[in-house]
Amino acid sequence: MMKSGSNLEKILRAGHFAFTGELGPPRGAHAEEVRKKAAHLKGRVDAVNITDNQTAVVRMASWAASLILIQEGIEPNYQMVCRDRNRLAMQADILGASALGIRNMLCLSGDHCLFGDHPTAKGVFDLDSIQLIRMVKQLRDEGKFQGGAEVDGRPSIFIGAAANPFADPFEWRVQRLAKKVEAGVDFIQTQCIYNMAKFREFIRLANEEGLTEKVFILAGITPMKSLGMAKYMKTKVPGMDVPDEIITRLQGVARDKQAEEGIRIALEQIAELKEMKGVHGIHLMAIEWEHRVPEIAERAGMLPRPVVN
Amino acid sequence: MIVAKRKPFEEILQMIAGHRKVLIAGCGTCVAVCLAGGEKEVAVLAAEIDMARRLKNQPIELGQTTLERQCDREYLAQLDDRAASYEAIVSLACGVGIQFLAERFPTIPVYPGVDTCGLAVNQDVGWYEERCRSCGRCVLDRTGGICPVTLCAKGLYNGPCGGTNRGFCEIDPEQPCAWYAIYERLKGQGRLERIRAITPVQEWRDTVPRTLLQPGYRKPEKAKS
Repeated sequence: MMKSGSNLEKILRAGHFAFTGELGPPRGAHAEEVRKKAAHLKGRVDAVNITDNQTAVVRMASWAASLILIQEGIEPNYQMVCRDRNRLAMQADILGASALGIRNMLCLSGDHCLFGDHPTAKGVFDLDSIQLIRMVKQLRDEGKFQGGAEVDGRPSIFIGAAANPFADPFEWRVQRLAKKVEAGVDFIQTQCIYNMAKFREFIRLANEEGLTEKVFILAGITPMKSLGMAKYMKTKVPGMDVPDEIITRLQGVARDKQAEEGIRIALEQIAELKEMKGVHGIHLMAIEWEHRVPEIAERAGMLPRPVVN
Repeated sequence: MIVAKRKPFEEILQMIAGHRKVLIAGCGTCVAVCLAGGEKEVAVLAAEIDMARRLKNQPIELGQTTLERQCDREYLAQLDDRAASYEAIVSLACGVGIQFLAERFPTIPVYPGVDTCGLAVNQDVGWYEERCRSCGRCVLDRTGGICPVTLCAKGLYNGPCGGTNRGFCEIDPEQPCAWYAIYERLKGQGRLERIRAITPVQEWRDTVPRTLLQPGYRKPEKAKS
């Protein structure tokens, strides 16, 4: 049964292998920057995640950049973090987003303020991501605000959330996914995958628990642009699991060939993920690399994107 | 206990810059144990202020006292005949004591000499770790006796988030991840089902000034002095 009518939902429900992209809004008020980045993604992905003050750095509002995408004829996946707003602001934004045509939403806890450009700001965390999922579901399916009052005009939102199969404790990760499913999530986009062995195990467990029949799982892929990036991801980014073999492969090619090698690794992963039972699509996070998405989409055999009416 | 940290000396000096006769009031309970505002710290602060003001050619007359507790009227009453002879009071009690003192002597400026830092355990002499935010809705039964409100940097009720890093928090490699610890403890006790269920949205109780009246007790018509 269709819940939001979003393009992403239609693609997934029709049984197609979904392909989503990502766009970080600018650190300023230039709509043109959003349009420029978005142009690379148009027609190449089913929906584009618009990050919400990612890494706790202030940027143009996620809902605003999402609306610019709609103007450009691209479907946004509106990200919302629990760090910056309480339940009143969240519900108000969700209603507004739906009213203006936003149909997908990704519910996240959000990086801690300490990481960002306002490290002494007070993090809100009135809700956590699981509670947020449940709140959106309640608004949409029961027509009730979190506080219990009736909603006059339910939002149409395809509810997404993240899963990190690589953070500790590994055994709990599938359980936490199960909690998100129980809360009412429709689709999951995973953290960037580099350790395929661990991801296979995660999906195996999720299949075993029957979770992959209840939720669409989009595997997160971020091509490495350079050896430096791989080393940074391996050592500096919490919850990221970059096996030595990735480092070794990038080390094994000339510096000016590292980006190509990174893309090749990503393409190999995508090829495997397409065949993996329980995986319903790819979420490509080409960070500040939007202009390479057309090529990656083409080489990954993702084009043309299916159209479902 | 309540723990506090003495404010930077320059900040205290700035607060009392215009005064020539000041009382430094310590508190003999929590802040004395955590080495921030007991008798000894009162003496140290007095000596520092005295020296600094002499160097500035602005000598100051300082009184010193340390009450058993500044959060109880019966001890504050001990200052009733002395307080008025001072232009100001610097209190080294926690925020509770400072306010109760200020309320007792409303015509005298009362300044904080410490920053109150929370409800903490005594790990060792001089080393304290926060354990409770006094949220008013204890969930320790569900979380293996480990507080997610205080010890999870995001205060998550359904953790751990994706930032847990080999058992530590994403904010600091030395800060244990509360939810990792909760998981490990409950697993050890065979009680993981406690966190398998979704903890619903919190009904916050610490959003307004709280008054606690124990069962069987009533507020007197007028607070006795």
